[in-house]
Amino acid sequence: MRFSEQFEQRFTEMLGHYPTKRSVLVPTLLYAQDEAGFLSDEIIHEIAGRLDLTDLEVRNVISYYSMLTTKPRGKYNVQVCTNIACMLRGGEELLEHCSKKLGIGHKGTTADGLFSLEEVECIGACSWAPAVQVNYDFHENLTTVKMDKILDGYKSKV
Amino acid sequence: MPDVNITVDGKKVTAPAGTLLIEACKSVGIEVPSFCYYPNLSLQGACRMCLVKVEKMPKLQTACTTVISEGMAVTTDSPEIHQARKSMVELVLGNHPLDCPVCDAGGECELQDMTFSYGAAESKYIEPKNHREEQQWSPVVYFDRPRCILCYRCVRVCGEGMDVWALGVQNRGVSSIIAPNKEDHLECEECGMCIDICPVGALTSGAYRYKTRPWEMKHVGTTCTHCADGCKTTLGVRRSDSGMEIVRGDNRDKSGINGDFLCIKGRYGFDFADHAERLKQPMIRKDGRLTPSTWEEAFELIGREFSRVQQQDGGQAIGVVGSNRTTNEESYLLQKFARVVLGTNNIDHHRTADFPALAAALTGKPDLTASMRDVFNAPAILLIGNDPTNQHPLLAWQIRNNVRLHGARLYLVNAEPIKLERQATSVTQVPSGAEGRVAAFLAGDDSAADALTGNTNREGWIALRDKLRSEANLIIIFGSEIRGGDVSSLVKFTLNIQGAKLVCLADYANSRGAADMGLYPDLLPGYQPVAQASKFHEEWGAVPQTRGLTLPEMVESARTGKLKAWYVVGANPIGRFAIDPYVFSKSFVVVQDMFLTETAAMADVVLPAANAYEKSGTFTNTCGDLQVVKKAGEVSEVKPDFEMIVRIAAAMGFDVRQLVPFGPGTRMDMGQSRGAQSGEADRHAVWLEARGLEPKMSPFDPTAILDEIQRLVPGYDVPRINLLAGNDQHTSLSQSGPGAAQNPKLIVAAKDDLFSSGTLGRYSRALNSVMENHRNQPAESDVVAD
Repeated sequence: MRFSEQFEQRFTEMLGHYPTKRSVLVPTLLYAQDEAGFLSDEIIHEIAGRLDLTDLEVRNVISYYSMLTTKPRGKYNVQVCTNIACMLRGGEELLEHCSKKLGIGHKGTTADGLFSLEEVECIGACSWAPAVQVNYDFHENLTTVKMDKILDGYKSKV
Repeated sequence: MPDVNITVDGKKVTAPAGTLLIEACKSVGIEVPSFCYYPNLSLQGACRMCLVKVEKMPKLQTACTTVISEGMAVTTDSPEIHQARKSMVELVLGNHPLDCPVCDAGGECELQDMTFSYGAAESKYIEPKNHREEQQWSPVVYFDRPRCILCYRCVRVCGEGMDVWALGVQNRGVSSIIAPNKEDHLECEECGMCIDICPVGALTSGAYRYKTRPWEMKHVGTTCTHCADGCKTTLGVRRSDSGMEIVRGDNRDKSGINGDFLCIKGRYGFDFADHAERLKQPMIRKDGRLTPSTWEEAFELIGREFSRVQQQDGGQAIGVVGSNRTTNEESYLLQKFARVVLGTNNIDHHRTADFPALAAALTGKPDLTASMRDVFNAPAILLIGNDPTNQHPLLAWQIRNNVRLHGARLYLVNAEPIKLERQATSVTQVPSGAEGRVAAFLAGDDSAADALTGNTNREGWIALRDKLRSEANLIIIFGSEIRGGDVSSLVKFTLNIQGAKLVCLADYANSRGAADMGLYPDLLPGYQPVAQASKFHEEWGAVPQTRGLTLPEMVESARTGKLKAWYVVGANPIGRFAIDPYVFSKSFVVVQDMFLTETAAMADVVLPAANAYEKSGTFTNTCGDLQVVKKAGEVSEVKPDFEMIVRIAAAMGFDVRQLVPFGPGTRMDMGQSRGAQSGEADRHAVWLEARGLEPKMSPFDPTAILDEIQRLVPGYDVPRINLLAGNDQHTSLSQSGPGAAQNPKLIVAAKDDLFSSGTLGRYSRALNSVMENHRNQPAESDVVAD
């Protein structure tokens, strides 16, 4: 298993930040996922070995955090918030719209591997509800029309 | 630590600073309920059952995570607290199936007890319960997910206690579930402690599930019959067609030296008792074939043949082989029978440690042996050789948890990498077979260092020795790699360290007892040489004073036709030492065993024997801790070895009163006439037995021999009342006889691992199913990584 040089640098630096090795687990998993798209068995085993943990312990942590995944996702992970502020401002309609447009449901991935869809809890953008997060980018004050443009924008990036 | 004073429910409580509130309450007899809290495991604070009111704190506090502080005033029961706990029970019951009528835990379930105490029989929840099918995680561990209340005890005992880490928690919140390490199954040591520690019936035992109810069994706490550590296992027994059937083994009675611990063998390894191939009838060889016979015919034949050989060729023409799994009383009786009745010192057993060398080195010195309990509390431990995780699971538990909870320093010296390295302060590898040189080096022989290192790490060895010398109260544990003169070197080293003590590791349940009771051709009980006048000679009268033959010598003697008869009790020399069976075909061979072993198959008479779970007596574990063995199971067609030895002596025309000093045969009321008050007679019996005053009215009563053992065997005069109460009593070697040098080659390690156990293991379904399962699913660590 090979990670990028940047990952290795960050990993080494982080080790010094905490009193115990296992404390770096969560950020390490996130960086690894950013690179590989998802956390494969191989990655889990590698990270467990580096931090003196069992594979099971690493899996336990992954299963706790909804942002970590052991299954491949699309290139763009569309996370639609349906928590209270977004819901009142049309978050659920937005989710349904995305679902129809992309032809996938919650946690689904399009056949071309471009998009995944996810219904998420509050992403902290209540003041600009309804909000959607695509990978690490936020899109706010959305309507179905705006959403279409955003999705098309990602599609044309490829 | 300084003491802290608090008040609990108006009672003044003083406890050391750092004590948890729940423990402080317990110390004055106030029970605070909890599911997730478990002593000696990390804190969880998950179940919220232990909520108590602490004055000046705004909300109820969890007693299991609150550390006491000076002046704290605590209320553990009030309407508010009661309501809080009731609500917690209601929440826990929210998705808990009410299948108590068929649940294994029903009747001994902590959730049932809590519901009984706090109510919550009515629930506000009307949602349908989420059902999941039961899962089998290993041949011996089943998981019933909806019953789980997420206390995480199993996760912690598996990880922290066992250092196996095979269980974890997946997902979060309401979706949390306990998960095994291999997705749908477990890869672990199969100890089953997760089942014992589960407060409900979520984790159940493959051997016991759906078999019976806890209240339908009698629970007998006895000593395990497998390895030499002497765990207490509680056997649940139930009436069966032919006596009493053992339905389960567990650690229900946590009063043993093993505390919370029990391994797979103690828990599941009782099922050899009802194996289909169990011998249940005496057999006599007729026309070359073993033919079912009667006890009378068998004893008469044995008596006649033994007498004939004795008269024609003398006692030295008879060879006796004893067992590592018979009780002390039986081993003692067997060697007394050999010496007094047969008139021979030809007696030996399968030796797995050099106890005579240890006794020889320790006699006349202050008490230098450590008990199994000491290992848990020692500040430092040196382990030379052996792999306790596999061969001495309790010892490994004691070491591991001593390191975890008390910060003990563990120094390992081993030829192989072993699992305990994970707890070790220092690990030193030695060439295989050079462990004995370590003893010599530690005792001060610097030249031995070269053999250990090839002169590469001399400084490392010297530093290790210096460090060890400064470790006051060190416990030195050594495997059978160290024998003979090396044992005395190690004792010499021990004497130079303040408070240091020793543990010598043997392999079977009563290996130490077999040695202490004198199953040696040259040693009487208590390591007293046969040639030296002793109390035994005075009491027994004529005892042959020339040393007898060792087992290999007996085999050789039989080969040349000099040895005319064999008496093999609970041993399988042909299978164990790969002896040519032909050697046995020329002599008259009597074998007492549970199964038709390779040796029994060659016998002229085979007597079906009871196992250690079917008789009473005592065992001595490898540390020298004496414990009672209590009768649990019963198979009516077999007899204990004790009775058979006496019957053979009687059949030889010997006055059995000279063999077993039983009482004068008074008539007395044993309680039968007292009807409902018969329990009173039982209590009288316990009192009398504890003081050695009970009438031993039968020659088959092992306590008559226990009396003699306690009177004559040095170190065994422990308080009888403590012994009978089920406590371990450490015996001492400091007054033992001088021993005698033994041929170190006679020691053959059993090499059993976690799942094997000599003949018993071969006939245990549970142990075999686990081994087969492991073969079919090879551990990932065994597969070569990329």
